[in-house]
Amino acid sequence: MQKFTKITSPAAALREADVDTDVIFPARFLLLLDKAGLGKHLFHERRHGRDGTKTDFVLNTPPFDRAEILVAGANFGSGSSREQAVWALTDFGIRCVIAPSFGEIFYSNCFKNGALPLVIQGEAHERVMRAAETGKPITVNLEAQTVVLPDGEAIEFEIDPYRRRTLMLGLDEIGSILADDAEDIAIFEARLRASQPWLFLDDGRLERLFANTRAK
Amino acid sequence: MTARTLYEKVWQSHVVRDYDDGTSLLYIDRHLVQEVSSPQAFAGLIEQNRALARPSAHISVADHAVPTRDRHLPLAEGLAARQVARLIENCTRFGIDYIEMTDDRHGIVHVIGPELGFTLPGATLVCGDSHTSTHGAFGAIAFGIGASECECVFATQTLRQKKQNTMRVTLNGALQPGVAVKDIILALIAKIGTNGGVGYAIEYAGPAIATLSMEARMTLCNMSIEAGSRVGMVAPDETTFSYLKGRPLAPTGDGWDAALTHWRTLPSEADAEFDKEVELDVTALSPHVSWGTNPGETSPVSERVPNPLHQSDPVRRAKMERSLAYMDLTPGMPLEEIGVDHVFIGSCTNGRLEDMRIAASVVKGRKVSPTVTAIAVPGSASVRKQAESEGLDRIFLDAGFEWRASGCSMCVAMNDDRLKPGERCASTSNRNFEGRQGQGGRTHLMSPAMAAAAAIAGHLIDVRKLGPTT
Repeated sequence: MQKFTKITSPAAALREADVDTDVIFPARFLLLLDKAGLGKHLFHERRHGRDGTKTDFVLNTPPFDRAEILVAGANFGSGSSREQAVWALTDFGIRCVIAPSFGEIFYSNCFKNGALPLVIQGEAHERVMRAAETGKPITVNLEAQTVVLPDGEAIEFEIDPYRRRTLMLGLDEIGSILADDAEDIAIFEARLRASQPWLFLDDGRLERLFANTRAK
Repeated sequence: MTARTLYEKVWQSHVVRDYDDGTSLLYIDRHLVQEVSSPQAFAGLIEQNRALARPSAHISVADHAVPTRDRHLPLAEGLAARQVARLIENCTRFGIDYIEMTDDRHGIVHVIGPELGFTLPGATLVCGDSHTSTHGAFGAIAFGIGASECECVFATQTLRQKKQNTMRVTLNGALQPGVAVKDIILALIAKIGTNGGVGYAIEYAGPAIATLSMEARMTLCNMSIEAGSRVGMVAPDETTFSYLKGRPLAPTGDGWDAALTHWRTLPSEADAEFDKEVELDVTALSPHVSWGTNPGETSPVSERVPNPLHQSDPVRRAKMERSLAYMDLTPGMPLEEIGVDHVFIGSCTNGRLEDMRIAASVVKGRKVSPTVTAIAVPGSASVRKQAESEGLDRIFLDAGFEWRASGCSMCVAMNDDRLKPGERCASTSNRNFEGRQGQGGRTHLMSPAMAAAAAIAGHLIDVRKLGPTT
């Protein structure tokens, strides 16, 4: 996974609350099988008119067409669990979204893909939004836990230490669970199997269940 | 030991280890696998040359992209066919049980999990789909995850998670005739907001819960995610146990007795404390419909389209203006004057037998308005079969509905069932987001009875106003 330490870029301002993952990545493109190349469908309906022409949506407008930061309203990424919303953002080049709050699954999905969803609320969020609207570069520094605005103001932010570490090191979470916790998992599983055996289906149970219908 | 909630009990019984940064490694018992969120997860496993930790923990079915017509025919060539083929290929490669489209047990993941007895109280269950909260109706911790987390469950049977705060939603009183559990959840979301539940695991409790069927509890838990909560739960009780007993994958014999003994210990203790409490009197509720582009933008159907100028919060006002523009609605217009082109009865929210029965009881002896295209899409093949054995298909067909095969259909518009730009739909699904039912389509969320009534009237209407059948 790509590491995230510090980025400096113009930030695209999207003054809108409740931007859901259907708007970020419309469902009909979920039929695509790969993670790569989804950026062209990011905010598809907002970026393209019905006749296919480009709209004046912020991400179509220089310098924001190359923005690595998006500043949005509350509850960004609510709705569906589709990780395609994050893959489309990162493929487009956006690696940090700043909003007062996020949809939980979207929030979690960001960290699996080297992207930082940054919670900044209240007046500070408004100052970031206004700074973004100027088109001047903003710096997001994960190490220092600050957002530095064009006028030099540094806004501090909170983030879970584990999440921060994951991004800074570009950690492979699955790899580290397998490397560090495999033994604990095996012990736990044996204990659970003894105490709640009904939680474990034998291999092939469903296979046998369907034996009749499949034989037809 | 301090008194514990249902959520805390299930959580604690599944913690493999606590890390010193406040996260825990949570053991996952069950995983439902569908075609949309799995291809990239499987690709990750293949790329890293990783095996499945426990193949029998997963069952798989294609539900989002499948057609609901001509099911006996092979899928037409195209993206959907490729996605379903990829799922079958991956399941074969990794040894996961796959339920075919033509199988008697096919259906939407969140409908068949419970039907099969795959969903159990006290379990941890995940799926790459946000409506996995549905399964919490059985007293499971069930939540939607992204594809990367699906990959993690495949490879490790665990997820690194932070324990959530708890919220109890106490439902007092009793629902009046013509008012449904869908109206409860829509009213709740309107009350606490679409992010009111973020960070919380909701437990629905109170006198109104005890009387609800499992189908109704599933509708309630299903839409918890629309209030921002990944997890919505109901404590298991006799209704839960009698639903599960004899299901194909439920425990049997001594195993059933042992499970039952354990499940009876799961409900929250009387003096357990929740981080947040919300109360709602359901007696006063009337049928609700959504008018905007998120499920919180909902009002009783007797009201009018709200006026953004009366909204003091500028952010909410801007959102409302945008919603009304997208929905092509004028403030002050009575909601009951909104005409519809389509009616969709189905989805993981309201595609179960009880929903079909209620909708059929409304349309029985009536005709769908000539200006409306109405479809009834059972949530599973088993719902369809049972409905047919009760003659519900005839009732729908005689009224002018189409009677389809199981799948997500017009809830997510990934197959052929979609609205055209500008078309308006009365829908029993869960999301009224922009473009959710097709690019440029407009969705009004409501209960099955209300959607059925809209099909007859040709516009939104309080189902209680429909006169006697002709």
